[in-house]
Amino acid sequence: MLLTFSIFIPTAVGLLILMIPRRMEILQRYVALLGTAVSFILTVVVFLNFDGSTSLFQFEESWIWVSSLGITYHLGVDGISLFLILLTTFLTFLCIISSWGSVKERIKEYHFFLLLLETGMVGVFCAMDFFLFYVFWELMLIPMYFLIGIWGGPRRVYAAVKFFIYTMTGSVLMLVGILYLYFHTTDPVMGGHTFDILIVMRQCHFPLGIQTWLFLAFGLAFAIKVPMFPFHTWLPDAHVEAPTAGSVLLAGVLLKMGTFGFLRFCLPMFPEAAIKFVPLISILALIGILYGALVSMVQKDIKKLVAYSSVAHLGFVMLGMFALNLQGLAGSLLQQINHGLSTGALFFLVGVVYDRRHTRLIEDYGGIAKGMPLYASLFMIVMLSSIGVPGFNGFVGEFLILLGTFKANITYGVLGAAGVILAAVYLLWMYQRVFFGKVVHPENEKLHDCTAREAFVLIALIVFIIWIGVYPEPFLSRMEPSLQAVLDRIQEASAAAPLVP
Amino acid sequence: MDIIGILPEFLLVITAILVLILDLLDKRGEKVGLVPLSIVGFIGAGIVSAFLWDRGGYAFSDMVVADNFTTVFRVLLCFIGAITVLVSPAYLRYRDIRLGEYYPLLIIAVFGMMVMVSAADLLLFFLGLETLSIALYVLACLDRRDSRSTEAALKYLILGAFSTAFLLYGVALLYAVTSSTSYAGIMEGLRETSPDPLAVAGIGFLLVGFAFKVAAVPFHFWSPDVYQGAPTPITAFMSVGPKAAAFVALIRVFGIALDGTADVWMDALAIIAALTMTLGNVVALRQQNIKRMLAYSSIAHAGYLLVGIVAGGQRAFAAMSFYLVAYALMNLGAFTVAMLVNRRGDGDYQLEDYKGAGFAHPLLGATMAVFMFSLAGIPPTAGFFGKLYLFSAAVEKGYVLLVVIAVLNSALAAYYYLRILGYMYMARPERELKPVPRLGAYTFTLILTSVIILLIGSLPAGMLNLLLAALP
Repeated sequence: MLLTFSIFIPTAVGLLILMIPRRMEILQRYVALLGTAVSFILTVVVFLNFDGSTSLFQFEESWIWVSSLGITYHLGVDGISLFLILLTTFLTFLCIISSWGSVKERIKEYHFFLLLLETGMVGVFCAMDFFLFYVFWELMLIPMYFLIGIWGGPRRVYAAVKFFIYTMTGSVLMLVGILYLYFHTTDPVMGGHTFDILIVMRQCHFPLGIQTWLFLAFGLAFAIKVPMFPFHTWLPDAHVEAPTAGSVLLAGVLLKMGTFGFLRFCLPMFPEAAIKFVPLISILALIGILYGALVSMVQKDIKKLVAYSSVAHLGFVMLGMFALNLQGLAGSLLQQINHGLSTGALFFLVGVVYDRRHTRLIEDYGGIAKGMPLYASLFMIVMLSSIGVPGFNGFVGEFLILLGTFKANITYGVLGAAGVILAAVYLLWMYQRVFFGKVVHPENEKLHDCTAREAFVLIALIVFIIWIGVYPEPFLSRMEPSLQAVLDRIQEASAAAPLVP
Repeated sequence: MDIIGILPEFLLVITAILVLILDLLDKRGEKVGLVPLSIVGFIGAGIVSAFLWDRGGYAFSDMVVADNFTTVFRVLLCFIGAITVLVSPAYLRYRDIRLGEYYPLLIIAVFGMMVMVSAADLLLFFLGLETLSIALYVLACLDRRDSRSTEAALKYLILGAFSTAFLLYGVALLYAVTSSTSYAGIMEGLRETSPDPLAVAGIGFLLVGFAFKVAAVPFHFWSPDVYQGAPTPITAFMSVGPKAAAFVALIRVFGIALDGTADVWMDALAIIAALTMTLGNVVALRQQNIKRMLAYSSIAHAGYLLVGIVAGGQRAFAAMSFYLVAYALMNLGAFTVAMLVNRRGDGDYQLEDYKGAGFAHPLLGATMAVFMFSLAGIPPTAGFFGKLYLFSAAVEKGYVLLVVIAVLNSALAAYYYLRILGYMYMARPERELKPVPRLGAYTFTLILTSVIILLIGSLPAGMLNLLLAALP
């Protein structure tokens, strides 16, 4: 029952918060904090009891939901979803803390939507039934839409609608793919069709033509989420206009759903098609890396810079994934976690100065390292991790990705490596303009350094940034069996058509 | 069996007469007992209909079929009637419509729909259709102070009469070919021969008549104007009741009786379905008046339902039934909200009136959110499950392209459903918001419909099994 509780306790707590009288704001915040803390602790318990030696799904729960249609309420965790779930509950917990000082209006509804979002996010990663997966996938749109639209910046309504429609369009096409799979799967026990993911995965051996269409149907939904070029245009608007917590969860978790989708569904279920699409995806990933980096460089708004950097980072993730070897896959999955931590931290950092000056433009800052030394140091660490400097998590992920990519295709590897350099360019240049140099604007002299609350959030993230950077073994070892299982499927398929060795 | 088979309709007629008499006796013009009596009548008819579950059969020389399918929809229609009656009085007071005939007419309209649903013969279907239509023509123009109301009724009357003529001509042609007007007879008669040009023409005319009734493209032009002009409770009623009844008949006639001749009409219907949903959604995007917006949304939903007829088969019909139930709930709820927001006096149904309404009136906002998400097809609502089930039926039969068009339409439609929520929650009110009256009837309706929507959306098994057992 652990997974069910992790998923639904947030919503239950959220409904509870809605019933608290509007005046009692502190109580609302504490209840939300408690809810996310409980959820996080439960996922930690899952982690501690996780058997990292097998690729089989653990903590499975299965109840019949709609028997006449073969829909089951089926949950499970494996090496791929374990860390994503942990990331989700951890980030949401930190978001509640960070919102303590930055969200002051309509607190009840804000926390309700955050908690509902958590339910959707954790649910997507745990779902073992396609119907359930789709329900959670779409469900996430509702709270995110409201979070961006109500508590966001000046163009928030535009951003919220764009996010919603864009994502939904991909999702509904995925639905057609799901339905196709459903009708081509027979439940060995009950006889009819079934939505159960494990059964579908065992039975889906389609010819290349059909696989291609299915790969595209699912792939489009995931590509929009990642976001891959050219489906990324919703991202800058959504990230910039969202409130800090919204941006953190958007970048930290929601984007991972796209990459998770490719890893969990497209690769093992449509291996021949995946192999066929390696060039296309790799090139789009590379375009994402280079284009994302170049556009980041010219941004005037720090948040937008970070948003485009997400495009670049997830380009790496996709590049590594479609190298189709163990290093690439491991690097890709690890980098998903890393990006969640680093970019989440970056958005929190931006939120810190925004709460003080209500501007995110680089030119409005300059030389603030003098007045905010702690903030500057924390920012430096996170920034270095984002660049991929050894000692921090980003390096481990990017190194594995590039290792895998070089093994698969040297050209892709070289181009990808260039992206690393570009990341250093835009981040360092931004840092220099914001933190170093002379204090041009007098307001910047009197800025308060991080409060204890802000520092706690950032340090919590930095602990993991350093841990994964220095000792990634506990993470990688638990991921490996499940990744190997995915790889086995690919290699089965490539035995028929040899891959680049 | 004869009387038992039509007992619910019988009850409704008696109720209508009693309400009419009550209204005549009501000399002081207070019209007190009309609403409770009507509701009691609907509940009674609903219970009697439910009693016929698994106990029904044919009646009146096989012209009436009181099977489980009929039972389900009779109950649904009674529910729709009861809800409409429940939310009408406040609105009628507000628009100063003091005609007591409103309630008997409504009951007669439901009676007509029940006849349509229980018909096993085209002539009986026509009888029910005309009864419904005439009642609706009058109900549409009851708001005598508003010229749009009269215009609506006139348009409805003229176009309705025109389309009924098509329908009758189709019946006549099919009779010429098969010597029968009953569904079974027509099915039998068309089975032997290869499609006779006369039969093809008959089916075509029949299709036109039905298409008008469900406001499918290109016979939809009456719908937005009529929906906008009619009094809002009648609009709510019109958007769900006649559609349900017409689709039931479509299932019985096209889905079953004319199944053998499917190659004649299948492609045409598929194209109509695609055009209907697309046009409905695209034009809805530009609407600033909520009644017109919901009218075009209804057109789009009719398009989705037509996909079910194209697909055909048990799964499709069960899915259409589920969808009609969900759709009735969503639309009744949405129009109830429209009635409440309009009561703030000014603005006349413009979407701008909704600015800030979400936080000012939490219950209104939350339930409207449920309705809008359900109409858009977002989980965990009944609208989502209905769409999923319906589209799965079409995918099963291989109509993947049609489903792709349908799902893309759903994504497109989300834009205008979200727009209302955007106004409600993300905009500041421009005018001083008058307090929404705390009317028990409205609150009850909003809560009931939204709770059921969420319930059957997340736990659809019960409703689903019921509908599967009810299939003709």
